[in-house]
Amino acid sequence: MATNTQIPVADRRVPVIAPGHTFSTIGEKISNIVLSRPVSLGWILGFLIVFSGMNMLMVALGYLFIKGTGIWGINIPIGWGFAIVNFVWWIGIGHAGTLISAILCLLRQTWRNSINRFAEAMTLFAVACAGLFPLAHMGRPWLFYWMFPYPNTMRYWPNFRSPLVWDVFAVSTYFTISLVFWFVGLIPDFATMRDRAESTFVQRIYGLLAMGWRGSARHWHRYETAYLLLAGLATPLVLSVHTVVSFDFAVGIVPGWHTTIFPPYFVAGAIYSGFAMVLCLAIPIRRIYGLQDFITERHLETSAKVMLATGLIVAYGYGMEAFMGWYSGNQFDSFLMWNRLHGPYRLAYAALLSCNIFIPQVLWLKKFRVSTGWLWLISFIVLVGMWLERFIIVVVSLSRDFLNSSWGQYYPTKWDWMTFAGTIGMFLTAMWLFVRILPMISIFELRTLLPESQVHEAAEVKQ
Amino acid sequence: MNVKDASIYGLMAEFDSAKELVAAAHKTHAAGYQKIDAYSPFPIEGLAEAIGFHKNSVPLVVLIGGLIGGISAYALQYWVAVITYPVNIGGRPFHSWPSFIIVTFELTILFGGLSAAVGMLMLNGLPMPYHPVFNVPEFARASEDKFFLVVFASDPKYDAAQTRAFLNGLAPRMVAEVPS
Repeated sequence: MATNTQIPVADRRVPVIAPGHTFSTIGEKISNIVLSRPVSLGWILGFLIVFSGMNMLMVALGYLFIKGTGIWGINIPIGWGFAIVNFVWWIGIGHAGTLISAILCLLRQTWRNSINRFAEAMTLFAVACAGLFPLAHMGRPWLFYWMFPYPNTMRYWPNFRSPLVWDVFAVSTYFTISLVFWFVGLIPDFATMRDRAESTFVQRIYGLLAMGWRGSARHWHRYETAYLLLAGLATPLVLSVHTVVSFDFAVGIVPGWHTTIFPPYFVAGAIYSGFAMVLCLAIPIRRIYGLQDFITERHLETSAKVMLATGLIVAYGYGMEAFMGWYSGNQFDSFLMWNRLHGPYRLAYAALLSCNIFIPQVLWLKKFRVSTGWLWLISFIVLVGMWLERFIIVVVSLSRDFLNSSWGQYYPTKWDWMTFAGTIGMFLTAMWLFVRILPMISIFELRTLLPESQVHEAAEVKQ
Repeated sequence: MNVKDASIYGLMAEFDSAKELVAAAHKTHAAGYQKIDAYSPFPIEGLAEAIGFHKNSVPLVVLIGGLIGGISAYALQYWVAVITYPVNIGGRPFHSWPSFIIVTFELTILFGGLSAAVGMLMLNGLPMPYHPVFNVPEFARASEDKFFLVVFASDPKYDAAQTRAFLNGLAPRMVAEVPS
């Protein structure tokens, strides 16, 4: 029996799993949230709220399909309004999930095992929200398949030199690989759920999803190889997705878009907002479902440090933009900086600098990194800040280009706001269902963190 | 002389810890049993080697999948941009390879990733809804906190009585027959 359940804490840091857990208590604690915990009134009320948000999205999109994009605030010169701002914001949020699941897996950061499952779920739902926006922005969304290369009666082919076509490939690959990675990670846990389920119906559902997983050593061996290779493939993929998104801007010649710093600056910003979203979700979830044993103070603190680091890279990006505005001597670039600071959107720019650069600096202090309330608030501020960053990049640049005669102003309409708020509703609806339907923490990966799972001495007893 | 019973799939031994399972797997393999398998709730380092499993073709499948994805993506773009639908934009070359890299890269990842998942499942013979090991009631804890070793009846060295005696000698919690 696994009687010795004390975890030796080699260092003075808070452990990844609270002491006292065994293989079966981990499975029990995580699977019981789905299998036996009754549906609470709070869950139902919350679900009603977020589900109405999702229905608002349906209304906004339905009206959009009837009337066209004229219901939005976009017009020439600002043809890329909320749709593109929200697309870039959502897809950036998704990046933390893949970073946690793939990059930290390759770097053997075992603390990721408690948060990778729901971070990956977050990625999927965020990318689904992101994908809606370019589709809705298309004007004739029912013709979306024209973007894919397929033999057609128009004898037309996509222009592979266009960043917008690259985007189609990058985002659809990202969604597919994230889904596959998530599902592969879930298979052994489906087997645990199948074996723990009490009702035949539930057992059948998880049994179907587990596909007959029986934990054979041969299977595990191939499984681990496949998982590691998927992580290896997903790592360059996640870095490429926001790079390609930034090409949508950087390949254009509009001032404020046409810069080489965009790819790394976008990727850092994506991870920044993604970790902010992870914290915004993890802090309430661990409190409500009593998962403090698995998502410990250490996870929150480490995520806060990642946020601080990526936030500084983003700050460097802002600094470089300002520096190049001055150093290049290009009148349009320097006007862009002047316009950001003093133009009609100056309040948004000031808010952006405060939310993304100044306020998060308090994370240097441990007090803020370990206090869940403060951390949640700072993460929320970062999310707002990163949304404003995309707003500044998209709208301010387009509103003031090279000719005064083509200047314009952008005002979002209520339909813009409804669509944006609606995707938040859709995202939260998906999260709401996820925590009740699937094991939100990887059970088998947490088990490998227990010292009893290691066999180093036994391996020497070879005959 | 081995007596084979077609209704028996093998003999299953249950262990309490990963260490015991790996040690037992080593001993069983060293005793000359070839057709054995071990089951655990999580991956155990060295267990696959202990039961004599070395051939892992997943990396090859992924390599082939990735190459197919990359090559076909580049070929498609070349064919579209140079042969079937050339568009002259300011006299720039039709074969503008730098702009083809991104789609090539993305499809390499897509095909490689899909081959990793599908290849792993197919090599493992999954999905497989029925398997004899599930006939043993204790096996439900193979996804929980117990560790199992099975010697298949198809093993040339298998003998109902001798193999049972051998497995009992490994100090398991229990030894059970697996009906097929």
